[in-house]
Formats: sequence, structure tokens, C-alpha cells
Amino acid sequence: MVSRTSFRAGLTGLALLLLTLFAASSVRAADDDALRTLLMQLREADFTEKATLIETLVNMDHPRIAAILGALPESRLYYQEEGDRMVIALGDDAEIAIEDAITGQPLGQVIKRDLDRVRVNNHLRSLIEDRLASLGLSSADPGKRRAAVDAFLRNPKPEGAARLKARLEVESDKKIQELLTAALALVDLASPDPAVRVQAAKALGGWTQPEIRGPLLRVAAEDSDATVREAAKAALAKTEFRLQMLGWAETLFFGLSLGSVLILAAIGLAVTFGVMGVINMAHGELMMLGAYTTWLTQQYLPVNWSLPVAVPLAFLVAALVGIAIERSVIRFLYGRPLETLLATFGISLILQQLVRSIFSPLNRSVATPDWMSGTILLGPLEVTLNRLVIIGFCIAVFALLWLALQRTRLGLEVRAVAQNRAMAKAMGVRSARVDALTFGLGSGIAGVAGVALSQLTNVGPNLGQNYIVDSFMVVVFGGVGNLWGTMVAGLSLGVANKLLEPWSGAVLAKILVLVFLILFIQKRPRGLFPQRGRAAEV
Amino acid sequence: MRFPPWLLSDRAGLVLLAVLAILGIGVPVLNLLVPPDHPLHLTAYTVTLLGKYLCYALLAVSIDLVWGYMGILSLGHAAFFALGGYCFGMYLMRQIGTRGVYGDPVLPDFMVFLNWSKLPWYWHGFDNFGFAALMVLVVPGLLAFVFGWFAFRSRVSGVYLSIITQALTYALMLAFFRNEMGFGGNNGLTDFKDVLGFPLHADGTRIVLFVLSALALAGGYLLCRWLVSTRMGRVLVAIRDSEDRARFLGYRVERVKALVFTLSAMLAAVAGALYVPQVGIINPGEFAPLNSIEAVIWVAVGGRGTLVGAVIGAVLVNYAKTWLTGALPEVWLFALGGLFVAVTVLLPYGLIGLLRRREKAA
Repeated sequence: MVSRTSFRAGLTGLALLLLTLFAASSVRAADDDALRTLLMQLREADFTEKATLIETLVNMDHPRIAAILGALPESRLYYQEEGDRMVIALGDDAEIAIEDAITGQPLGQVIKRDLDRVRVNNHLRSLIEDRLASLGLSSADPGKRRAAVDAFLRNPKPEGAARLKARLEVESDKKIQELLTAALALVDLASPDPAVRVQAAKALGGWTQPEIRGPLLRVAAEDSDATVREAAKAALAKTEFRLQMLGWAETLFFGLSLGSVLILAAIGLAVTFGVMGVINMAHGELMMLGAYTTWLTQQYLPVNWSLPVAVPLAFLVAALVGIAIERSVIRFLYGRPLETLLATFGISLILQQLVRSIFSPLNRSVATPDWMSGTILLGPLEVTLNRLVIIGFCIAVFALLWLALQRTRLGLEVRAVAQNRAMAKAMGVRSARVDALTFGLGSGIAGVAGVALSQLTNVGPNLGQNYIVDSFMVVVFGGVGNLWGTMVAGLSLGVANKLLEPWSGAVLAKILVLVFLILFIQKRPRGLFPQRGRAAEV
Repeated sequence: MRFPPWLLSDRAGLVLLAVLAILGIGVPVLNLLVPPDHPLHLTAYTVTLLGKYLCYALLAVSIDLVWGYMGILSLGHAAFFALGGYCFGMYLMRQIGTRGVYGDPVLPDFMVFLNWSKLPWYWHGFDNFGFAALMVLVVPGLLAFVFGWFAFRSRVSGVYLSIITQALTYALMLAFFRNEMGFGGNNGLTDFKDVLGFPLHADGTRIVLFVLSALALAGGYLLCRWLVSTRMGRVLVAIRDSEDRARFLGYRVERVKALVFTLSAMLAAVAGALYVPQVGIINPGEFAPLNSIEAVIWVAVGGRGTLVGAVIGAVLVNYAKTWLTGALPEVWLFALGGLFVAVTVLLPYGLIGLLRRREKAA
């Protein structure tokens, strides 16, 4: 049952690939007629005749061949009496949508009982698969060749080996060469000659795919020949090592991903806290506003375009709210950091309730654009694209912020005020303006972080609360007023968390990291990279 | 009877004690002696509610001691409150005995549910009231002492200290949410039956708990008032206003801080221990950072550094909370948030500060 499903899935994949391949070639009416005749014959033929007809079908040059060959083994090719034509069903319900088998034109919904199914048996199914596989192997596109070998791996048959060997001789792509060798070795693993099996087992070491590992495990346990079993075990040890390495690499990637989220959440805080000594407890709620801005843009724009629009918009929304907070509350509280903490906490409660009243307390689902969903291969590692994009996004935000602080007039003033407010004022820096803009900058970055978070977690009124303690920890761990410190702290906390997780569980990992931080602050109260200054008290 | 001078000069404090005395006598009378259909009758619900306010007030006093007099803004005092509550909750849990759903004579229900075969070591002894009462003081006190000792010795102060106290309570919350910790996980400890053999749902028990809360608050208040009137109290204020100067003058700042922080944590723990039998449940939600910060705002509303203000703030804000969450639930967070902003920006010395200003003007 399981193998059948995977076989079908593989087939559908191949069919899709072939569809695009054939779509490029020109459509001719004569071909349509020929195809039609062939399909009509196929409908009435017995299974032996069907086999011959399928052979002909495979060799026809027509854009719909792939779709038809995909539909046939899944029993989705039908004859429709009304209209006297062949159709492909697009589902398997009592009432199904159909399309014309030859033109691909949609024909609306029909009741399944009115259709006449073209029957196939398992022999025909494997025949079709086999023919599709050889089509794929000789494809000009390396991706399709690869897919064809992958399909072979899922269902290795000795009779396919000759085709693989032929391909191996002319194959130029190194990766596919290796894969072909492995596929051939997999066939050899079932050879009656123990020496061949030993060689095959050796060649299969280090391949982590379950399609290869599975048979190898079986050989290691059950083979009649001891040397073959040993060889298989040695090969498996190699595979295990590789799997372990991949596991570590994956943990590292998850750690980096978590770390980049932490950095995004903390970096805006680092700016306001570092420059103004102000604890902004509403920082998490500014992130929440960014996330809700993303949700709102998606209500008006197509999902694929929403994020590039949402980023500047979220920055603007959060920055404006931030500046409003600074002008209306915080500026009255400079020099009283503990009071600022309380006041901004009050603001965070108000913002939460505001969002709850406007958007309801329920979570909003923010869609992931196509270009961010799915996985890609980073070397041997399969990673989810959205996490990768967020890591890149974090680097970009960090770089921009760094440039803004190092290369612009405002950045210069911000640093001057951070280092010595009184002196900066004496030099003509308008510190009130700098404060407002700094707070706006920090808040805007929080908004941008919210856009990233909306792609990872639920967007709800509590979004900010979940990150506030973490982001403070990152800032304090890294050392206040130090962007690089924030970066190092975020990454190391992220990785540490993910390294601990498999060993201790997610919650305990978090507790351990918090306890470590509490202890760390005792040892180095000013963080990893403390700001140097002459003041006895900061 | 002769009052010590530090108490005689404290007019507001005397008023507070008088009010507590009136409550301590009046509430039992109105609840037990006035017949239920009489308009002046106090329901058991009201008694419990008032008792709850008094526990909160004690928590606020403990925060005021460290914040108002020593300048340490602890955002983790609810942790000590909750730890005290858990210690006493464990005693109440053991008292259930075979009356639990599963009827196990030793193991609380949630342990049976988790298929535990024996009591974890740290649950031993909690069937004894004296031991549990001692632990209410020892556990939070020890935590506060160790935490404070290390933090103050490394001169972690100001917002850094606030943040790590918040991290402390956050970490504890996460820990107590775990079933493996053996404190009932998400649900916490509940379904209590009786204390020292008296059923918790009886009016008499509730009244006694209420009177005990009033006594604890009065006692806590007197202790703090006495402390701040001593030489030690002066050192506290010196530390608040200029820690380095106090240190240069030769005071062992970190010792004073650790000691007073511990004392304050113990007061918070007592409040928690009295709170649990009255509300009938303790769960990890009590550790939430929001609770600690809310308690700080009670103090700020009443006026910090006054002790009496803490009591007034705690009662007023909680009364408003009870009323608003019932009448207009959406408005409560707006009101609380607005309160935070308004008090810090407009009323830095709280309601007491406002009264004093009036007095001076008059």
C-alpha cells in the first residue's frame, strides 16, 4: 500500500516534469487526431494489446502525453460517451472536474457514473513507470535526469539496470554520475554473487536516503554470507556518521535561525536601550504591530507581493507609534529608567488591548508567499526556505542598521549622545530630536522584526509578550549599546537553545538558558562586550 | 499601653492599624452574627475577596520595602509570593488524603494521574503543618538570599536587576508549567479540603483566614515600619539615594541589600501562603511577569517609600480590577495601562504624595 502511494507520487512528479518538457514542442492538429485514434484503441484493447499501445504512446511527440501517462496508472483516464471523447478526471469524488485528454481544455463537472474508465493492471502501471523513467533519463535537463534516477531508487528493478549503465557512460554531471553508481550498486546488492554484493555494500556507504539505507540494513541483518553482512555493517557505520553530521548541521541551522529571530527582536531594543538607557517594555508590542501590518497588507495585496510592501510599511507604522510614545511619555521620564520601564509596560498593555479590541483576540494567519515556502538543498542539508530567508533578512537589517549608525549624520549624533549626552549637547547636537529619532529607529526595526515573526509564529495580541524577556536577555548578554554584542549574543543563545533541546526538551532548554544568563550577569554585569567609559556609575 | 516613638509619629500608620482592627472585628461580626437576609450581612464571597486584597496589600508592602526604601525595583516579587503559596499548597494537598478523585492516601491526584509510584523527596514533610509553615519562609527566603547575595555582590543594579528578577520569575513559571517538576504542571495545586482539620469552605475557617491575613498585614507593616525607623533604615535610604556614597562611607551595601531583600521575599511568601487557602488554587500563572509588574504598580499608585501607600494602592487597584473585569472586561487593560503611564508621569509620589502636597498647600 505504502509503496504504491510513493510510486504514484513519484509518477505524478515525473508526469509534471514531462508536461513542461513537452509543452515546449509545437502542437499539430494531425498529432491530435493520431493521439485520439490511439486512445480510442486503448479503451477497447485487452491488457496485452494495451501494453503495445502504451509503447507507441510513449514514443509519440505530443504535449499531452505526460498528462495522459500520469492519469492512466491512477485510473483517471475516462471515455465520455456524451461528446465521444477521452477525458482526464481531476479528482476522485462522485462528482468530478474533467478536462479533455487531448487538448487539456477544462470541461466542467460531471458525475463519475456517466464516465467509462480505461482500465489498467499493475503490470501496465509498472510498464508506464518504466517508460517514463527512460524518457527522464535521457532528458536534457539534469534536474529531470536526477528525478528519474530518484524514481528508480524508490523502486529498483534489475531490468532497469541496463538503462542506467548506458546513461552512466554518457553522463557528464558529477552528482548524477554518483547517484547512478549508487542506483546500480543497489541493484547489485541483490546479486547472487557474494563478491558483487560486498562491492555493492561498500559503494552504498554514506548514502543517507531511506531507499538505500533500508536495503542495506536488511542485508546487514539477513544476508546469508558473513562477509557481505560485515561489509554492509561497515557501510552503515559510514552512513550513520554522515547522518549524525547532518543532524548536527541541522541543529546548527535551527540554532542560527532562532538566533536570527532573537537578533531581529533584540536589535531595535539594543538601539533604544543602549543610546537612551531606556527600557522599552512595549518593544514586543511594536513587533506585534509590525506583524499585524503584514496581515493587513495581505488583505489588500496578493500574498507574493505583500512582504516587500509590508517591510517598509511596518517600519513606518512602528516608527511612528514609537515616536509618539517617546514624545508623549518617555521624554518626561529621562533619567528615571525604572519609571520608564513601568510607563512603557503600561503602554504595552494598552497596545495589546487595542489590538485585541480591533482585530479580535483570535490569532490571525499570515500566509507565506510561494517564494518563501518549501525546502531547498544547502549542500547535503535540506532546509526550509522561510527560515533561510529570515536569516538573510536578519543580516540585511543588521547591515543596514550598522551603516545607518556608522555612515549617516544621524548615526553620528546618535553615537555621540550615547557616549556623552552633556558633551554632545555642548557640541550642538539637538539631543531631544536625536532621542525621538533614535526611538523611532529602534521601534521601526521592531516593526520590521514583526514582519519576519509573522512568517514563523501565530500573529495574535500576545505575540510581543512571548519575545520580550528573550530580547532583553539578548541585549543584556551582549552588552548594552553594542550592536556586535547583540549579534553574538543572539546567535549564541539561539544555538545553545537548539543544542540543549534534543537533550532536555524545549521548555527545560529555555529555563537552562535563562538560568545561565542570570548567573552570567552576576559574573559580568555589563554583558559580553561592555561599553568602556570613565564614569564610575553608568 | 505605651507606643514606641517610631509608631507614635506615624499618623498614617496608626490610621491603617485602626482600619485593620476595625476590619478584623467588624467583618467577622457582619459575616457570622448578622443574619444572611440582613442588608449589612457580608457574604463569604466578600470576606474571601477582602482577604485576598489584604494578601495583595502585604505583597505590596514587601515590594515597597525594597523599592521605596532601597531603590531595588524587583520585577520578580510575585515569584516569592507564588513560592510561599506553593509551599502552603503542598501542605493543603497532603491534607486531602484519600478524599481525592483517585483516593490514594499519599499521592496527590495529579501524581497518580502521571503514574508516579512514590512521593518525590521534596514533598516529604509537607503533611506536617509546622514544617510547611517553616518552608513558606525558608524556601523563598533562601532563594531571595542566594539570588540577592550574588546579584548585589556583583553590583547588578538598576534596570539590570529588574530584568534578571523578571527572568527569574519567568524561568520559574516555565519550570512549574512542566509536569515533571511534580507541582501539578499547568493546573497547579487545587481541590483543597481542609486546613488543620477545619474545612476550607466553612464560614468560620474563612473568617479565621481573613483575620489572620489582617494580622499578617498589620504585623508586616509594623515590622517594615520599625525597620525603616532604625539606623538600618537610614542606611537603606542612603543606598537608594547614592549607593556608591554609602559604600564609600564604609557600609556593607551588599549585605544590607541581601538581608532586606530576603526579608521582603519572606513577607511576600507569607502573603502567598495566606492567599492560597482563601482562593483555593495556586498555579504557575502566579509566576507570570505581569503579576510582579502589576504589584509594583499598586505601590506606585499608593506612593512608594510610604508603606501605607502600598496598602492603599493594592486595595484600590484590586478593587478597580474586580469591578472593571466584571463590568467592562475590555476596558480593564486600557485602565491598567493608563494607570501605569499616568502614575509614572503625573504622580511620581502616588496618592500619598498628592495628599501631602495638599496638606502643605493648606
